[in-house]
Amino acid sequence: MKYQSQKVAYWYILAAMALFGIQVLGGLLAGWIYVSPNFLSDLLPFNVIRMIHTNALIVWLLLGFFAAAYFLVPEESEREIWSTKLAYLQLIILLVGTLGAVGSYLVGIHGGREFLEQPLWVKFGILVAALIFLFNISMTVLSGRRTAITNVLLLGLWLLSLLWVFAFINPDNLSLDKMYWWFVVHLWVEATWELVMAAILAFLLLKLTGVDREVVEKWLYVIVATALFSGILGTGHHFYWIGLPGYWQWVGSIFSTFEVIPFFLMMSFAFVMVWKGRKNHPNKAALLWSLGSSTVAFFGAGVWGFLHTLHGVNFYSHGTQITAAHGHLAFYGAYVALNLAVFTYAMPMLRQREPYNQVLNMASFWLMTGGMAFMTFVLTFAGTIQTHMQRVVGDYYMDVQDSLSIFYLMRFGAGAAVVIGALLFIYSMLVVRRREVIAPGPANPVPGE
Amino acid sequence: MAEILTKSRARNIFYGGSIFFVVVFVMMTVHSHRYVVRTSTAGMPLNEEVVHGKHVWEKNSCINCHSLHGEGAYFAPELGNVTTRWGVQDSPDDAFWMLKGWIESQPSGIEGRRQMPRYELTDEDIRGLAEFLRWADQTDTQGWPPNDAG
Repeated sequence: MKYQSQKVAYWYILAAMALFGIQVLGGLLAGWIYVSPNFLSDLLPFNVIRMIHTNALIVWLLLGFFAAAYFLVPEESEREIWSTKLAYLQLIILLVGTLGAVGSYLVGIHGGREFLEQPLWVKFGILVAALIFLFNISMTVLSGRRTAITNVLLLGLWLLSLLWVFAFINPDNLSLDKMYWWFVVHLWVEATWELVMAAILAFLLLKLTGVDREVVEKWLYVIVATALFSGILGTGHHFYWIGLPGYWQWVGSIFSTFEVIPFFLMMSFAFVMVWKGRKNHPNKAALLWSLGSSTVAFFGAGVWGFLHTLHGVNFYSHGTQITAAHGHLAFYGAYVALNLAVFTYAMPMLRQREPYNQVLNMASFWLMTGGMAFMTFVLTFAGTIQTHMQRVVGDYYMDVQDSLSIFYLMRFGAGAAVVIGALLFIYSMLVVRRREVIAPGPANPVPGE
Repeated sequence: MAEILTKSRARNIFYGGSIFFVVVFVMMTVHSHRYVVRTSTAGMPLNEEVVHGKHVWEKNSCINCHSLHGEGAYFAPELGNVTTRWGVQDSPDDAFWMLKGWIESQPSGIEGRRQMPRYELTDEDIRGLAEFLRWADQTDTQGWPPNDAG
């Protein structure tokens, strides 16, 4: 930790991990209700559990982004954060808002636009917190060294905050409601969040591999260019069947096909940098998460996204378990794993220790990644059968669901593995053991040198 | 990457290209907005009942179990075409009575079957919701869903 104010990130990471725990437990509960539908049905209906599952995810990912920004901006700008007090105030507002939202959901107070169910005062709280953050971090960046990493990171964070305005715009016309809703949902995860992801990934690879900054930053601009060139018009793949003009079927199909490119580039970028860098960084777990994130993002967001993005396919697969499969792997690879990479990299420094618990941490990577992959596969099979029975043959929804129960049982097992992995990750971050579970070998020079 | 692509060129392409695509996207959005209002949803007036129904739909977060035009939670049936499936698309009264009967018979309590909670709705709420679902159903969704099963 080179700058004292980076310590702010520590508290953001703790808050994020607490919500991460809530998120996966909520997911497990929802997965169990698929297996045993009467469970808790009087006490805590499925829709409330799902709201907690998705909202907790979004908030903890944002907390992780804020943590990453507060951690990396001082190092990049070579300045202390402009005001740590504001940073803590921002965190308090976000936590009060989050607890307020969860509390209101549990007593049945919520909106009805998916993922934007927060009561109005919470939405304003998020807006205020975002403005405090942007002011604080912009002041830091403007007064210090400017780099491509902070440029892109800041641009991503400014744009995503700006798009939050659409969370307040809810037209009475359902089709317009849906169109503007996607301005938050799609233009977050398939455009502006990708800028944040690419910037954070570039920072991690710069530190972990020791590759020249010029090379890293050139890659970064190329990646984010492909992300926005494809992602902005790629919004069209959500506009096929909600009452919008037919031309979106072609615009959406073509541009969202190109959305695979930034994810392919990020994966290539990560592996090429590691190959070129040859730095023997001691934090192997952070490297594993960085490579893993870009790889799983390529499959989850890129490949599984392409799987059902062409309008001829989407006509049949839209809103089936195929979508659920893609959503889970894409979020896990692109944003969950990337945040966990940051936590893994930053936590030892924030606690002023050597990297610790790396074996447990890496075990948690494989448990979570294996679990998510298995979940994605079984949901893809379920979705394929559902698409055929319901959309091609025309069987009724509930009859089709009854024939998918074996897949939901397997999904629950996969979810349990993810939860165990998540808890193991949190343990490996928080509880310092005296030595690794498996002792590392001696550092060898590269053969042939 | 070739030397011809320097960092500053890559940056300029990124900024210039992004602005271009934002402008195109905004223009298409404006056109789409007009198309929705004038064409695709113009088959039925967006009256007070429909708007009230939309608020009932939102207040009870139906979207976190059901899907509407394919968007939502896939835990319960698609409702964008439910009035067609029930054969009540052309009759406000039939839609109201059908929906009232359905909502007031929940939860079914059947073991091993997904449970819809009991929502205490007034007749005004149910009528609004029925009109909202009829309104959604008349939207021109480019032929989606492929069949009445939703």
